[in-house]
Amino acid sequence: MEHGAETARRAVDGLRAAFGDAILGQATFRGEETLFIDPARLVEVGRWLKESPDFAFVYLVDIMATHWLEREYQHEVAYLLYSFKHNSILRLKVRPAGGGDRVPTVTGVWRTADWHEREEWDKVGVVFTGHPNLKRILMPEDWEGHPLRKDYPMEGIGA
Amino acid sequence: MPYKTETIEPGTELLTVNMGPSHPSTHGVLRLILTLDGERVVKAEPVMGYLHRGMEKIAENKTYTQFIPYTDRLDYLAPLSNNVGFALAVEKLLDVTVPPRCRHIRVLVCEMARISAHLLWLGTHAVDLGAITVFMYTFREREVLYDFFEALTGTRLTTSYTRIGGLTRDLPSGFLDQVGRWLERFGKELDEYETLLTKNRIWVERTQGVGVLPLADALELGVTGANLRASGFEWDLRKARPYSGYEQFDFDIPIGTTGDVYDRYLVRIEEMRQAVRICKQAVRTMPGGPICVDDPKLVLPPKEDVLTRMEELIHQFIIVTEGFEAPRGEVYHAIEAPKGELGFHIVSEGGPSPYRMKIRSPSFINLQALPEICVGALVSDVVAIIASLDPVMGEVDR
Repeated sequence: MEHGAETARRAVDGLRAAFGDAILGQATFRGEETLFIDPARLVEVGRWLKESPDFAFVYLVDIMATHWLEREYQHEVAYLLYSFKHNSILRLKVRPAGGGDRVPTVTGVWRTADWHEREEWDKVGVVFTGHPNLKRILMPEDWEGHPLRKDYPMEGIGA
Repeated sequence: MPYKTETIEPGTELLTVNMGPSHPSTHGVLRLILTLDGERVVKAEPVMGYLHRGMEKIAENKTYTQFIPYTDRLDYLAPLSNNVGFALAVEKLLDVTVPPRCRHIRVLVCEMARISAHLLWLGTHAVDLGAITVFMYTFREREVLYDFFEALTGTRLTTSYTRIGGLTRDLPSGFLDQVGRWLERFGKELDEYETLLTKNRIWVERTQGVGVLPLADALELGVTGANLRASGFEWDLRKARPYSGYEQFDFDIPIGTTGDVYDRYLVRIEEMRQAVRICKQAVRTMPGGPICVDDPKLVLPPKEDVLTRMEELIHQFIIVTEGFEAPRGEVYHAIEAPKGELGFHIVSEGGPSPYRMKIRSPSFINLQALPEICVGALVSDVVAIIASLDPVMGEVDR
């Protein structure tokens, strides 16, 4: 049993009640709760989860962007949240519609998102709109392309 | 965020200094662009990526087992700990539970890796501040640990010790006795290191009140590990979300009060003591039994069976050439590595390799605090601050 699974489930119910149509879906795998969120409402949802004392998801553990081919969306961004208070973990996911590559930044909610978002932009090419300093962090500044995209060959381009 | 800067008097002449990527006290290939007002740091901008090897891209093109050697090269000061972290994440995906002896050995090697990593941190940290002697003492003990790692895995550094569902090999004969004897001795060594530093006036003046990371900032910046605990927050995944049977072990979590360089020093020293406690318990209570799960489709069969039986030969052939089949799904599993929360975030579309794998590296995120706490410090203290945050670039750049 995943630690704090009960809090995660409560958070799912709470979010459904508070945001309703912003919750697009839900998945549970190996005890981890994942919620699919409307990208436009992501910041609101994040702030609510962080500030609501019932949940207090104050710690953003990780951001992971995934590139997909041949799906109705191109990018998927996963946010892992921890609540120290309830020792609970929750995953939020957004999929920009219409093959878009834009997701609003959550740096205003969790400051730690800064480097996570820079890294995911660098590797996968998701544009975090509103990020105050969105530039490459692992690849050289003049690099072209985003190496973790699925259409980027393993051997590199022009190498 | 734009990097934090200090407000300066109009007319001040600022100096931009490039520090690194090849600099003895940046502990690897970290580069800092420092903006200085005299001796004071106005702005510090880290530049990373000099050791970027595209680990996550490689992972997508390797089977899970083939990726284990790459984890050695993340935090190369504690490869055993990375091996365990990765194996646990994949085992969570597969929903596999390893036998008790395997769990116990994993705890033992993780804590030995923690001691080894902290010994390197202590030695180099002291050298950075001009105390060469400590380095000699810590490296002597680290050498003993490396001998143990070599006896256990065949190599000193690139251990690749875990397998998905178990371990590569059992403990060599006499290993536990030797480790037990060393642990007894090492406790006294630790006291000796402390006599060199803890009350040393130069050490205290160079570290107390320097590089303060307030708790609120540490939490906001996602800092984990000893750096977070030194700021006064009791959070350790080994206690909070125990894995690999840590709940059976008795140990304390040291925390600091002010979050300065000195506190981070004290916390890591105490962590070594606690690691010794855990190792002693692991040595004393080591259970018998198998070291791998009993699943012929996941774990390689014993060599003599491969040579004499058809079925085992086929299993070995399939595992080596194709790998094992993982279910579709997404998991995250983190361990308390020596540097902090090391997590593997895996998206599986089925098949023998991850579709996408993110390595949540503690050093990378901890380093995010560096530009914050360097501002206002003296340029000579930057060296102390970097060492006290204990980043390792293999893990930052991946």
